[in-house]
Amino acid sequence: MMDAAPPAVVPTRRPRTRRSLFLRRPFFTLALIVALGFVLCAAFAPLIAPYNPTLQSIEAMMVPPGGEHVLGTDSYGQDILSRIIYGARYALVIAFFAILIGATGGLVLGTAAGLTTGKVEWVLMRLIDSILALPSLILAIAVIAILGQGVDKVVIAVGISMIGPFSRTVRADVLQVSSQLFVEAAGLMSISRLTVIRRHILPNIAFPLAVQITVRVSEAILVSSSLSFLGIGVTPPTPDWGLMIAEGRGFVSFAPWMSGMPGMALALLLIALAIVGDGIREEFDPKMRGGQ
Amino acid sequence: MTRPAEGHDPQPLFELIEVEKVYMVRRPGSVFSTAKVGLPALDGVRLKIRKGASVAIVGESGSGKSTLLRVLLGLTRPTEGRALYQGRPIDEVRAEGREFARQVAMVYQDARGSLNPRMTIGALIAEPLRHFAICPETDLPARVKALLARVGLPAEVADRYPSALSGGQVRRVAIARALASEPTVLVADEAVSGLDVSTQAQLLNLLRRLQREMALTLVFITHDLGVASYLCEDIAIMYLGRIVETGPTNAVLNAPAHPYARALRRAAPEFFAPITEPLPGEIPSPLDLPPGCRFSGRCDRVQPDCHLSDPALLRFGGPAANRAAACFYPLTESPTAPQKRDIHA
Ligand SMILES: Nc1ncnc2c1ncn2[C@@H]1O[C@H](COP(=O)(O)OP(=O)(O)OP(=O)(O)O)[C@@H](O)[C@H]1O
Ligand SMILES: [Mg+2]
Repeated sequence: MMDAAPPAVVPTRRPRTRRSLFLRRPFFTLALIVALGFVLCAAFAPLIAPYNPTLQSIEAMMVPPGGEHVLGTDSYGQDILSRIIYGARYALVIAFFAILIGATGGLVLGTAAGLTTGKVEWVLMRLIDSILALPSLILAIAVIAILGQGVDKVVIAVGISMIGPFSRTVRADVLQVSSQLFVEAAGLMSISRLTVIRRHILPNIAFPLAVQITVRVSEAILVSSSLSFLGIGVTPPTPDWGLMIAEGRGFVSFAPWMSGMPGMALALLLIALAIVGDGIREEFDPKMRGGQ
Repeated sequence: MTRPAEGHDPQPLFELIEVEKVYMVRRPGSVFSTAKVGLPALDGVRLKIRKGASVAIVGESGSGKSTLLRVLLGLTRPTEGRALYQGRPIDEVRAEGREFARQVAMVYQDARGSLNPRMTIGALIAEPLRHFAICPETDLPARVKALLARVGLPAEVADRYPSALSGGQVRRVAIARALASEPTVLVADEAVSGLDVSTQAQLLNLLRRLQREMALTLVFITHDLGVASYLCEDIAIMYLGRIVETGPTNAVLNAPAHPYARALRRAAPEFFAPITEPLPGEIPSPLDLPPGCRFSGRCDRVQPDCHLSDPALLRFGGPAANRAAACFYPLTESPTAPQKRDIHA
């Protein structure tokens, strides 16, 4: 399209479309910067963090924010800023692998349920319904109860709890795409069912799935933090935000920073991810983009 | 050639014998009950299509034209009657392998919907070429380019996605794609309607040339009698799921026998001109057909016995033996036999 336009138009058009995304959505830009900041913290935690996150110190217990410890220390004298920076690592890594499990499981289960009919579909639908019947947190707790605690167990528990919502949306997309004319046209051409699925159905559900992933990252972080908060997720002294909030709970009246700082970090990341997810969806969803 | 009842041609390519297609739909107006009623989209259709023929199927919206195509292509099974391809049931032939799929190509009414939005035009046209192994892999780009050129599109279009093309361009891509498999039968549902006159003329010329040169059998649905007479030797006029008149296009259009055919003809006085006056009355719902002849409610020549039974599609006698109409009181030469009461009424 571009090369068909007269050469004078090309240089003026390119920057305008590129700039406009960030200028038109200042909140999106801000949220993206915040989210990327967390990712950088997670990636380079050892370089950024001023202290060892699990270094306890009897001299510096419950130091208020300011001074040597920018965000204060907790009841063991561990530096809260360092723990938050390392905590971003756990939050994002757990979310990433949990989403991987959830999206893969949801893709398989949802595609199968959307493409089969009769008894098989019935069984698959009841399976999805039963996963969906429990809220993600309750299901994750149930899985933890079976597997036990630990970072890997949290990943599995949160991942399994996300399979239900992913399968439901994937199935809806598969049904919507398979009812389209180009799928029938491929069948008319006697293209085999498997090829039709691979070539015509899956590419058309990939985009909505990607949007789902961006939207559900924050849910995965929230559920994993909730597990830790309840004391059944990762084990102390791992610098996990949920765990830190839980530990500070008893001292809220005289050391509010102990729960408040990790709580704020969690809220900031969730809000930033939600805005980024919304922005991506609105910007790139073909249905919202209009007939371009 | 379309003929009712027995024909003398050796073996027609397609033959529909008393085909009925009933869709089960929710009873209108019932919000809570799930009671279904049958909607006869096709009701006793008889049609023969000879090899190399070109047949136009015309009729108002909802008269069952697309449903007829779906039956011809084996996409839906008729609820009653038989649909044959070279003397064998169509769904059986389809199930046997890709030969039927290669021979019979389809251009959809909704051309954009029939193209995968995530594939480029080049990939879309290459798909049938590759699937039917029409040409070696190395020749694919040249072949795609040639097909695009054939429908009047520049080669650059191959790198674009359907969403970046106009409605008319998408229609041409759909035609190019249908021609890719080198079919012997082309079935087109409103392939040129809604296009500007010059584009339409270009595509019609292309189709007519293909039909002449490659002995393509053409089944062409259209609303436009001008298109029908330009492109097709034969015409079948449908009304509410039934073919009410068939015969050579020019004979039928010059001297329609069925009052509905005459009304259609009058509504479109000039080739390529828009319809000037609508038919009187509303097309009845197929769920609630009038008793007797289904056109009786809108017919200006209606007689009392038209409300009693349904006329069958019967052949004319004498010089117009290739014509047929489903009317008790046809406008031109009367059918040989006095009209029998239709057994399907
Ligand atoms: N899948 C379906 N389920 C129920 N009813 C259907 C279905 N497909 C078609 N019909 C009904 O069958 C009748 C004939 O439809 P069809 O699509 O064949 O009409 P058409 O002649 O192609 O009309 P148009 O010119 O508008 O395309 C209509 O009354 C329609 O409502
Ligand atoms: Mg139609």
